[in-house]
Amino acid sequence: MSRISEGQVKHVAHLARLAITEEEAQLLTDQLDKIITYAEQLNELNTDNVEPTAHVLEIKNVMREDRAQKGLPREEVLKNAPEHQDGQVKVPGIIE
Amino acid sequence: MSLFEHKISELHKLLHKRDISVSDLVDESYKRIGEVEGKVQAFLTLDEENARTTAKALDEKAVQNGPTSKLYGLPIGIKDNLVTNGLRTTAASKILENFHPIYDATVIQKLKQAETVTIGKLNMDEFAMGSSNENSGFQKTHNPWDLDRVPGGSSGGSAASVAAGEVLFSLGSDTGGSIRQPASFCGVVGMKPTYGLVSRFGLIAFASSLDQIGPITRNVEDNAYLLTAIAGYDEMDSTSAKVDVPDYIASLNGDIKGLKIAVPKEYLGEGVNEEIRKSVMDALAVLEQLGATWEEVSLPHSKYALATYYLLSSSEASANLARFDGVRYGYRTPNAENLIEMYKKTRAEGFGEEVKRRIMLGTFALSSGYYDAYYKKAQKVRTLIKQDFEKVFEQYDVIVGPTTPTPAFKFGENTSDPLTMYANDILTIPVNLAGVPAISVPCGFDQGLPLGLQIIGRHFDESTVYKVAHAFEQATSFHKQQPEL
Repeated sequence: MSRISEGQVKHVAHLARLAITEEEAQLLTDQLDKIITYAEQLNELNTDNVEPTAHVLEIKNVMREDRAQKGLPREEVLKNAPEHQDGQVKVPGIIE
Repeated sequence: MSLFEHKISELHKLLHKRDISVSDLVDESYKRIGEVEGKVQAFLTLDEENARTTAKALDEKAVQNGPTSKLYGLPIGIKDNLVTNGLRTTAASKILENFHPIYDATVIQKLKQAETVTIGKLNMDEFAMGSSNENSGFQKTHNPWDLDRVPGGSSGGSAASVAAGEVLFSLGSDTGGSIRQPASFCGVVGMKPTYGLVSRFGLIAFASSLDQIGPITRNVEDNAYLLTAIAGYDEMDSTSAKVDVPDYIASLNGDIKGLKIAVPKEYLGEGVNEEIRKSVMDALAVLEQLGATWEEVSLPHSKYALATYYLLSSSEASANLARFDGVRYGYRTPNAENLIEMYKKTRAEGFGEEVKRRIMLGTFALSSGYYDAYYKKAQKVRTLIKQDFEKVFEQYDVIVGPTTPTPAFKFGENTSDPLTMYANDILTIPVNLAGVPAISVPCGFDQGLPLGLQIIGRHFDESTVYKVAHAFEQATSFHKQQPEL
């Protein structure tokens, strides 16, 4: 049985904000199905009493002093923006 | 003879005596690049004008004060996922084709303090996702030992440029083997430090719980010098560890008498090429002669590492790469009517195939209804893999095995099925999941292609890893061989 359907792939692509063509949806369904099937070998292991590891260090909740600092200069920040106007980043319409 | 055949300690003396200048070293770099870069194609961006200006300034400074830092004046190449103020940084992705960072990564700041000279930015697999550099959005880097073969990846440009003598040394990054595997394929020394030892601030994130920056060099001693310069706590990276950086050079004394080596049977099993197995056995014999002992052990969860890694790294990547949306920097599609369409088309046009595949896998693994079955399950198996290492390190000082199951492969050989390509990292991935340090050092040749020995240590015990690597290197001559270009 297939682990993932073409419909699911299209839904995931939407969540990931990736435009995909019909051909890509088909190819990805096939490839992701193989990878997920491979990944399911993890189910051979009983992990009921195992704590998950998010990362290996014993560091938790790193806080820094809450002090005001200058941000980056506006012209510097806008230098890499694809489009900007009046000192602000410009994007296509959000609300119809 | 190339100036880069000298060790750092020798170059430092030559600079001190003014037998050579920083400008001579920078000339050497660009001269060699002029000769061989057409064949190797390791660089995405060269910074020649700046490098020559910096060299001149350093030379003038030395006239007054003499060289201070050990790395003073030495030409370095930087993997293109480390941001460099004002110098184009692409992570080998079309989505960042014209990106000029406005700050330096912490490691770059540290290199500037150490007064190295940046020669240029090095090719890689796009966003460090790949094992061959075939996933670069711009060009294919070729292995200096055989131009028909890949240099490995993702730090392929970093390893190839050092092997080809274009720079003295370089920085790479390693998420699942991306420093060690190309170092092995190109016959150079590559170190992935303990997670948290080197600040990741300014490293374009792929999988934040696994990524680590490290040095690629021609020999172990140089590697230890470069790690010394970049290691240490940084408040700009919340996963940076508050540990003192020990004197790695002091540990390079060749004394490995009584050292206990573990050799995991899983690392010499099926799929590992016969010549590689033989070279590892020969290496163990060398280490035995130097006074170490070795025994076979088991890391029983090794076979689950690959699946664990792809679920975790892709999940983290899908979150990290959400920032590339065509709004504040990078590529933006010219054909979009509204914001959502702009996001979707920008990302579809800007990212390469492998990056999109991993974003898809990661988004799926993190999505509602699948999180527990895939992502959380993988995090739990990660614990088991980490515990495998902890158990072995209760009784042994280092773990030794091959770096890769095969030597460098040909272009196109592993591109048809993603899973075949992923299998290349099977011996390096567990190390990242456990967060421990590991080095790859040259340990032989198979039909003219270099092979790598992997030495793995306890958390923050880079000193012992270097000590063993150095003792092995001094007792062998593999690292002295150079590719003919």
